[in-house]
Amino acid sequence: MEDTKHHTEPECEMEAKDNSRRNFIKQSTLLTAIALTPGTAVKAAGMHIDEKIAEAFEKMPLKMEVNGVAHNLSVEPRATLLDILREQLDLTGTKKGCDHGQCGACTVHVDGHRVNSCLTLGVMISGKKITTIEGLAKGDELHPMQEAFLKHDGFQCGYCTPGQIMSAVSCIREGHANSEMEIREYMSGNICRCGAYPNIVNAIQEVKEGGQPV
Amino acid sequence: MKQFQYTRAVSQQSTIDAIAKPGTKIIAGGTNLVDLMKRGVTAPDKLVDINNLPLKNITSTKTGLHIGALALNSVVSENSLVLQKQPLLSMALKAGASPQLRNMATVGGNMMQRTRCAYFFDVSMPCNKREPGTGCGAMGGYNRMHAIFGASEQCIAVHPSDMCVGLAALDATVIIAGKKGERRIQFIDFHRLPGDHPEQDNHLAMGEMIIGVDIPDNNFAKNSYYLKIRDRQSYAFALVSVAAALDISNGIIKQARLAMGGVAHKPWRLFDAEKALAGKAATEENFKQAAQIAMRDAKGYEYNSFKIKMAPAVIAEALKHAAGLV
Repeated sequence: MEDTKHHTEPECEMEAKDNSRRNFIKQSTLLTAIALTPGTAVKAAGMHIDEKIAEAFEKMPLKMEVNGVAHNLSVEPRATLLDILREQLDLTGTKKGCDHGQCGACTVHVDGHRVNSCLTLGVMISGKKITTIEGLAKGDELHPMQEAFLKHDGFQCGYCTPGQIMSAVSCIREGHANSEMEIREYMSGNICRCGAYPNIVNAIQEVKEGGQPV
Repeated sequence: MKQFQYTRAVSQQSTIDAIAKPGTKIIAGGTNLVDLMKRGVTAPDKLVDINNLPLKNITSTKTGLHIGALALNSVVSENSLVLQKQPLLSMALKAGASPQLRNMATVGGNMMQRTRCAYFFDVSMPCNKREPGTGCGAMGGYNRMHAIFGASEQCIAVHPSDMCVGLAALDATVIIAGKKGERRIQFIDFHRLPGDHPEQDNHLAMGEMIIGVDIPDNNFAKNSYYLKIRDRQSYAFALVSVAAALDISNGIIKQARLAMGGVAHKPWRLFDAEKALAGKAATEENFKQAAQIAMRDAKGYEYNSFKIKMAPAVIAEALKHAAGLV
């Protein structure tokens, strides 16, 4: 994101071009969608499928609560929770690593359970409560897990850290932080290319042994 | 990702009606489907989200345990009935994926997951499973992860699931719903070998959906074990995995169940080895003999022949764990 600010002019030009192309596609597909809509909608109603039909190329309403704040959004069915958080809500703490559920950098909590937001379609979590890394601290007071990661150097580059911390909190909540072995097993969905694993384990063990509520 | 229509099904019937249309797919956890859609391996026109259907239950029945198709992998693996009656299933589930993925993945979806063959995933490569008639990239390619049992000239991919290996060993039954009502099929008959139609992973017909699995009660709870060998200790697909279940009385094996993962297009039941173990003493020697019997029809390819050595060792080790000898 920083980079684009330094190259404002060419970026704008590209975006303008891109926009006009997009608008053209939008307009032409809109015509197609209109032509298709009545038949499909009638059929779907006949099949007792609920009213929220998303025609191709059309956005759907999405209500969700993120870090305690209610949002009424409009999203494409193919938009993942990860992209919605980062690009629509500007919550860029949640990171995109592999984008295929293999690295865990995108881990967030949905109704209290950790999931890979990159494999979660936004439309599928309508009405749910999401917690991201931005929602852990209470104002200026860091969450105990954030404190512990700082204290134990649970990172080097920091890119995987939001996912690691969200996963670490779940690891304790789920009752799977009872030994180093168990922590390593239940943190295995979060990859750290810097190899900060021993320090991550230490941080989790300290929070677990400290007995503070997570 | 190609655009698609998205609908939320409100009933089993509405789902069955919706999936009768070509290009329509069910989405449950989405952990495999969304990944495949991002890569362009599959591109449905329409997704039917079935998460609102009442198929999440895990209940004791007169003859065993019933698990709904939408029960989450994480929930099943920690469920007290499952831990008490079928700990092997819990072990198999915990050996698969990551905690985050298990929080999303469902039992039915786990059964429907596609192979992890790299040639299937790479749309620039030939693959008879992804695009029938284009050939098999893995046959003469890098086939280290591939099948040593039941492969065909068309496909040497393996089924990636751990849960399915456990369910195959436990004589589970799949409950399927379609236009004509419900039908039941033995779990070991659900997935198929590639033959000339590797594009078909299983015997679920067009317009049918999985609604649950039944596991009959057994005496395996005390002596069962899931052993998975992989390139790293956790969060990797199996090179070879073994589900072993024994019913042991006074040191003698009354019945045995064995299934392997990472070696075939479907969970691979080891019927001959099971028969060989029945009536024998639960000893390391007998386990090793049974493991050799299990390997009779194995066939290796350029990079995966190591599995022919590895598999019998894993079988014997899993049996030792199940029998409490380790």
